[in-house]
Amino acid sequence: MNRFLDFIEGLGAGITGKLDRLGRGAMFFAALLRILLPTFKRFHENIRQVYFAGVRSLAIIVVSGLFVGMVLAIQGYEVLQRFGSAESLGSLVALSLVRELGPVVAALLFAGRAGSAVTAEIGLMAATEQLAAMDLMAVDPMARVVAPRFVAAIISLPILALIFSSAGIIGAYLVGVELIGIDAGAFWSQMQSSVDFKLDILNGLYKAIVFGVAVGLISVYEGYHANPTAEGVSSATTRTVVISSLSVLILDFVMTVLMFRGLN
Amino acid sequence: MTAGSETDLITLRDVRFGYTDRAVLDGLNLTVPRGQILAIMGGSGSGKTSLLSLLSGRNKIWSGSVKVDGLEVGSLNRRALYDLRARMGMLFQFGALFTDLSVFDNIAFPYREKTDLPEPVIRDLVLMKLEAVGLRGAARLMPSQLSGGMARRVALARAIALDPMLMMYDEPFTGLDPISIGIVGQLIQRLNATFGLTSIIVTHDLTETLRIAHRVVIISEGKVYRDLTPADVRESQDPFIRQFADGLPDGPVPFHVAAPPYAEELLSAP
Repeated sequence: MNRFLDFIEGLGAGITGKLDRLGRGAMFFAALLRILLPTFKRFHENIRQVYFAGVRSLAIIVVSGLFVGMVLAIQGYEVLQRFGSAESLGSLVALSLVRELGPVVAALLFAGRAGSAVTAEIGLMAATEQLAAMDLMAVDPMARVVAPRFVAAIISLPILALIFSSAGIIGAYLVGVELIGIDAGAFWSQMQSSVDFKLDILNGLYKAIVFGVAVGLISVYEGYHANPTAEGVSSATTRTVVISSLSVLILDFVMTVLMFRGLN
Repeated sequence: MTAGSETDLITLRDVRFGYTDRAVLDGLNLTVPRGQILAIMGGSGSGKTSLLSLLSGRNKIWSGSVKVDGLEVGSLNRRALYDLRARMGMLFQFGALFTDLSVFDNIAFPYREKTDLPEPVIRDLVLMKLEAVGLRGAARLMPSQLSGGMARRVALARAIALDPMLMMYDEPFTGLDPISIGIVGQLIQRLNATFGLTSIIVTHDLTETLRIAHRVVIISEGKVYRDLTPADVRESQDPFIRQFADGLPDGPVPFHVAAPPYAEELLSAP
């Protein structure tokens, strides 16, 4: 009986703990939104953070995009040629990348590279009293440190997703056209006729913006609330990657249902 | 709101404050006249650093009154609190320099954030502050390239950037070599006199403190235990003060944390 009560108690504590965390996250998000407009006035700081989060993620995004595109081309060709429609490879690759893989994989990579770095940086700033020092200089750390990094994620991720998709298409072209020998004209014309700007490209961009908000929010929240110890910062960094990745995948499913349900 | 006394910059009355349900400060009374260098001493966990956090409004008191320059800190709204903080400077235990900014940019930070001064003026002001702490030659270095003593001096230059009325020092001598301790101590004294500041130093370093402070307050059990001049501290025969002054491991502040009898615990089943 005692074990059962302990189990119920543990379950309750776990659920209320998670709800408490969710509530704090929502309040943190609301506080961020309140100071978002003035943040855009800190132009140089925003650009600096876009450089750290976005430009420095370029290498991993381009290389990953290329390889994902190449693998897609090989796998896609294998299936399409069975049905005699190998020339549709361009459509398959472009739609897969622009609608799904571009935003999703770019967001996962961004969470692992830039999100974890942001969490560690803010967490260490708190642990070494840099945020406290700023606050005592009458400079709000939320406005000076947190908001520019959040904005940088929202600006960077859609651009990275587009670059990822472009690199993927180039990778698919190299394998599909140059290596396997699909007709280049068919590859590009199929792609051009099947990809719709509004339905595919814009929807992919909307997804990337939402992922940017999610990954940016989780990264700065975890960093800001990390325990000021080595173990605390390391746990916060891990949480950023895990929660961001799960959030991206769940949000992707929800948005895919909303955007593409009943399309055909 | 006006000050209780124009000569007192800080007035604390019956201050109660703690972190959980245990009061760290319990009925503390203290006034600090303008221009004074006050050293606050006490055992670990006696509430010295908490006192600084109450003065800067980072924590709120449970009851009582904390007034700085006539303003009740706990009742200020965010804007008023930030206005008050802009007139305070704080030197953190390990400097708390912004590690992604150079020495120059660290000191320029408060000017860039809190003023509309043009960049050439900021440059001159930064160089003046760096000259005051003897580190003009280190302007382009990054914090990771500085020694502990240099980092503390840069942090000091940053803390006095906006010409504060009150400077708070949290363990300014911790982890420094004797030469650096002397330099930082001398700087605290010189800056206080030159800029007409009021300084509060939370410290364990009695030798340096007695050299530079006008007054020494010892906190124990949440209250002011003794309020003395440096000469009084040197001559005092109070066991508590002697334990501090002579660095004795055991005394009124016990060496052992409260525990059951040693033999009883050794012989008990694990």
